[in-house]
Amino acid sequence: MAASESYPEDLRYHPEHDWARVEGEEATLGITWYAQHSLGELVHYEPPDVGAALVKDTPYGEVESVKAVSDLIAPLSGEVVAVNERVVDEPETVNADPYGEGWLVRVRMSDPSELDGLLDAAAYRKLLEDAE
Amino acid sequence: MLEVVGVSTVEELFRDIPEGVRLRRPLQLDPPLAEQEIVAHLEQLAARNVPVGSELSFLGAGVYDHYVPAVVDLVLGRGEFLTAYTPYQPEMSQGVLQAIFEYQTAICELTGMDVSNASGYDGTTVAADACYMAKHVTGRSRVVVSEATNPQVRQVVKTYARGFGLEVVEVPHADGTTDPEAVLAAAEDAAAVIFQQPNFFGCLEPAPELAAAAAEAGALPVAHVDPVSLGVLEAPGRYGCAIAIGEGQSAGNALSFGGPHFGFLAARMEHVRRMPGRIVGETVDTEGRRGFVLTLSTREQHIRREKATSNITTNQTLLALGGLVYLAWLGPQGLRELGERCMALAAYAQERLAAAGFELPFAGCTPFKEIVVRVGRPAAEVVRAARARGVHPGYQLGRDYPGFDDCLLVAVTEKRTRADVDRLAGLLAEVASP
Repeated sequence: MAASESYPEDLRYHPEHDWARVEGEEATLGITWYAQHSLGELVHYEPPDVGAALVKDTPYGEVESVKAVSDLIAPLSGEVVAVNERVVDEPETVNADPYGEGWLVRVRMSDPSELDGLLDAAAYRKLLEDAE
Repeated sequence: MLEVVGVSTVEELFRDIPEGVRLRRPLQLDPPLAEQEIVAHLEQLAARNVPVGSELSFLGAGVYDHYVPAVVDLVLGRGEFLTAYTPYQPEMSQGVLQAIFEYQTAICELTGMDVSNASGYDGTTVAADACYMAKHVTGRSRVVVSEATNPQVRQVVKTYARGFGLEVVEVPHADGTTDPEAVLAAAEDAAAVIFQQPNFFGCLEPAPELAAAAAEAGALPVAHVDPVSLGVLEAPGRYGCAIAIGEGQSAGNALSFGGPHFGFLAARMEHVRRMPGRIVGETVDTEGRRGFVLTLSTREQHIRREKATSNITTNQTLLALGGLVYLAWLGPQGLRELGERCMALAAYAQERLAAAGFELPFAGCTPFKEIVVRVGRPAAEVVRAARARGVHPGYQLGRDYPGFDDCLLVAVTEKRTRADVDRLAGLLAEVASP
């Protein structure tokens, strides 16, 4: 069961359709409604290991649907402090709740200034509209 | 027709071919022959082949003269299988998909593994595929292969290793088998250890110990096995292997000048997403009826492109089906009896040739269906002399192993008898020098 289209105001967005929720020194990351909608029902999540280093704009894992595979692009650099095992076991959680239960990893940011390079909800919505 | 496509001469159809590569002269072909003359010419060419049935053959070395029952060709000859294309549309390919699913099931039962693919080209490319799997599972870039593994398998692994960015380390054999201590030493930082059971010399390897040595070094144990040996030898899945591969020819494929045959690859379920090739899965349709589909397609090139689990995304359905029919025809009991018969005859051959005074370089090991015999003269000469008397005495081992130019690799299958072995021993005694 998929969620309805939304792009929460409190998140920062990456053009590769990933989002970041900043909480102090840490950020929770996931994929946007648009990403899960394009992929279709997710069947597999290949996460990074806890402790792995994420580098902004580079792939850190994979999600698969029945007909597509997509690299997860890191919106921020940092060290992985948690992986959402629920999504590993039930990848379709991302389709139902991409911004809540469907979070993918939590990182300790190594360079918070990278946030300035991310889009706010309005800018991300505009990016989607321009692409159509 | 020229008018329909909008040109006035055939030449115009080639206008995009650059002048520099055009032939500009007629092809140099022989003059035409009448049908009768062509048939005579082809028959003459064909007569230069020696079918294995027309001489007593002890040739093996990777491709074996096992009995292929008539039911195999009967099933393979059915139009539904013979002319079927790849089952991309499950709604019209249930027969082929079910056959492949049953083939995969048979391979898993045979090898003790959790999941099999729909087959590979042959026993060499599945070895390369296994290396690529291991690289991605372990993150390591070295592969260890026993020297007692089929030379063509090793050669193909090396060919692919270049492209995969893998270093290949060969562990020399010791008296015809592979030493687990040597494997442990070589396998540091290795992604996989590949050994063959029975090995290229026909000898039984200490397979569980080799698998354990690989695992201790953190490498994936990969066993390259003879499918028809698995009625008497333990399944790789039950002694710690992560991947089981092999050449399927012995199971129901005719010799066919060396091919086409099929390779098989099966693995533990945890590695399924790294597996190459097609995989058929069981599911239900919209009305809840059991059906089959190609599954886990996201591993493959048409979706994952350069990150696919292999650049070979095809299989050998017809030949693999031959393997399935053969295994079903034999059944577990028949497979066991076949293995016992081969081993008994190989032991007899060892005895008989030793009694005739020939040295057996690997006399200390237990053979499955092949032994190595030193004939005391260059093996090529012995082969020539023996064939002049209607017997092909075996493979010239010196082709692949230095220092073995006077050795033959002699294969005995259930199609050979003790009388055949006696004849070989007598003949070798005449033409060779024990």
